[in-house]
Amino acid sequence: MTMTARPLVHKTAMPGLGLSAGITIAMLSIVVLLPIGALLLKGASFGLTNVLEVVGRERVMASLYLSFKLSLLAALFNLVFGVLLAWVLVRYRFPGKRILDAAVDLPFALPTAVAGIALTALYAPNGAFGSLAQQVGLKIAYTQAGIFIALVFVGLPFVTRTVQPVIEEIEQEVEEASATLGASRLHTLRHVILPMLAPAALTGFALSLARAVGEYGSVIFIAGNIPLRTEIAPLLIVIQLEEFNYDAAAAIGIAMLVISFAMLLAINLIQIVSRRKMGHV
Amino acid sequence: MSDTALPRPAFRVATDEAPLLRIVLIAIAVAGLAVLVFAPLAVVFAEALKHGWSAAIQSLGNRDARSAIQLTLLITAIAVPANAAFGIASAWFITKFDFRGKAFLITLIDLPFSVSPVVAGLCIVLLFGANSAIGGWLVANGWPIVFAIPGIVLATIFVTFPFVARELIPVMIEQGRAEEEAALTLGASGWRTFRTVTLPNIRWALLYGTLLCTARAMGEFGAVAVVSGKIRGQTATMPITIEMLYNEYLSVAAFSMAALLTALALVTLLLKTILELRHADQLAATRRH
Repeated sequence: MTMTARPLVHKTAMPGLGLSAGITIAMLSIVVLLPIGALLLKGASFGLTNVLEVVGRERVMASLYLSFKLSLLAALFNLVFGVLLAWVLVRYRFPGKRILDAAVDLPFALPTAVAGIALTALYAPNGAFGSLAQQVGLKIAYTQAGIFIALVFVGLPFVTRTVQPVIEEIEQEVEEASATLGASRLHTLRHVILPMLAPAALTGFALSLARAVGEYGSVIFIAGNIPLRTEIAPLLIVIQLEEFNYDAAAAIGIAMLVISFAMLLAINLIQIVSRRKMGHV
Repeated sequence: MSDTALPRPAFRVATDEAPLLRIVLIAIAVAGLAVLVFAPLAVVFAEALKHGWSAAIQSLGNRDARSAIQLTLLITAIAVPANAAFGIASAWFITKFDFRGKAFLITLIDLPFSVSPVVAGLCIVLLFGANSAIGGWLVANGWPIVFAIPGIVLATIFVTFPFVARELIPVMIEQGRAEEEAALTLGASGWRTFRTVTLPNIRWALLYGTLLCTARAMGEFGAVAVVSGKIRGQTATMPITIEMLYNEYLSVAAFSMAALLTALALVTLLLKTILELRHADQLAATRRH
């Protein structure tokens, strides 16, 4: 396979090469690549040591750590609940199932600002759930627990939606074989079904994590935004921008971009590995 | 056992869970969704209607609220067709031609999904803000991007960028090129081939992607918050207005506007569910993600 022998574009009779390639590359450049390039350029002109100095500040490190920690916890919750939900929605029949299935997508459809104020109203000390929690001495809104709930909400559909089609495709013969060989139902679930779901579940987990790390709208209302304690990384960028501190904003933005790319890479690696193992994704 | 409505075998099928386990799992699923999804949904409407319908409707009638609704509709009306056009063009380019770097191009198109909306807004501010070279020149010529409508449109297109393309690409890969090649051999022009052969094959997937794009475009908050400047009556979209009203403790007004956006989101969900039920075969094979 020599690279030089391959033409950039294979000759074909299909029309519209120039037009479709032109629109694709022009829009991709103007909307996505040039803006991201501007961010990286800003970081470069600010200097690597300065970028690292900003990212190393106590308040910035605390916010990045908080965003990542709570996103991880929320994605883990969604991993377990999402797989359970997918199983129930595919395998069982019960009244209201279709509504439940459609409701899984609500966090995708509901604007994040709406989710933010709704969750705050629910979990604030005078809210429906917040007052219940207060009776047992718990405070949810304006604490890290509130941020966790908001991140669970926005990441909820990912695992269910990646796992559902895999469960639909499982051939029941496999389960029958396992049962015939004397495995209990729980044993079959743990050792036969779960391994089949693992790649899709992990992909959903990673997507949910990536979404949560960058989430802003649903979190800022319920977070309380106390520096070092309940301040998420995207909010720090907004604060820096409001003070016209573009260099610092760019530094934090680059740190978040690096984290996002690392996670994107992880998602792709999971998919490549599982494609090799399972023959499909 | 014998008095249940459905006739059931007296023994349990080996590939079923025990009835008790099944009931427990269903209960967890229902309770979880009730707390996590249905409760926030209900609270939006409850808070909006706390002082009755007239108070809610009145709060949507003032000048700032009306201009926010108009702005959101305008932004959506620009961003969604732009994304649909991009989605069709990129899907055509990717599925009808063989070229080097295709996988990389697809990764770039998916990129906005993994970038925080706030970072997306920041990137646009850095490129087009008055302090940058391009932005300074545009402002000097009377074309401000940031803190103006074009910036909000750009931010909205950024965050919704992959929606249409990633619905169309799998469908068009599955359908291959044979039908288009046949039409071309029979003498149809490129446009005619697209209109009469490709478009009917991808229309439901296109509608589906457009629907998802519309929902996100109307509700985008993080990216728009950074680029809009939040000027009341000028650059405050519906989600931005919700934030401003909420921070001013105008709870009924904030939740009334939230209820309006929620109603639009519910319509989107309904249309999406109908599409999935009626045209599942013409949507992407990896549909339910």
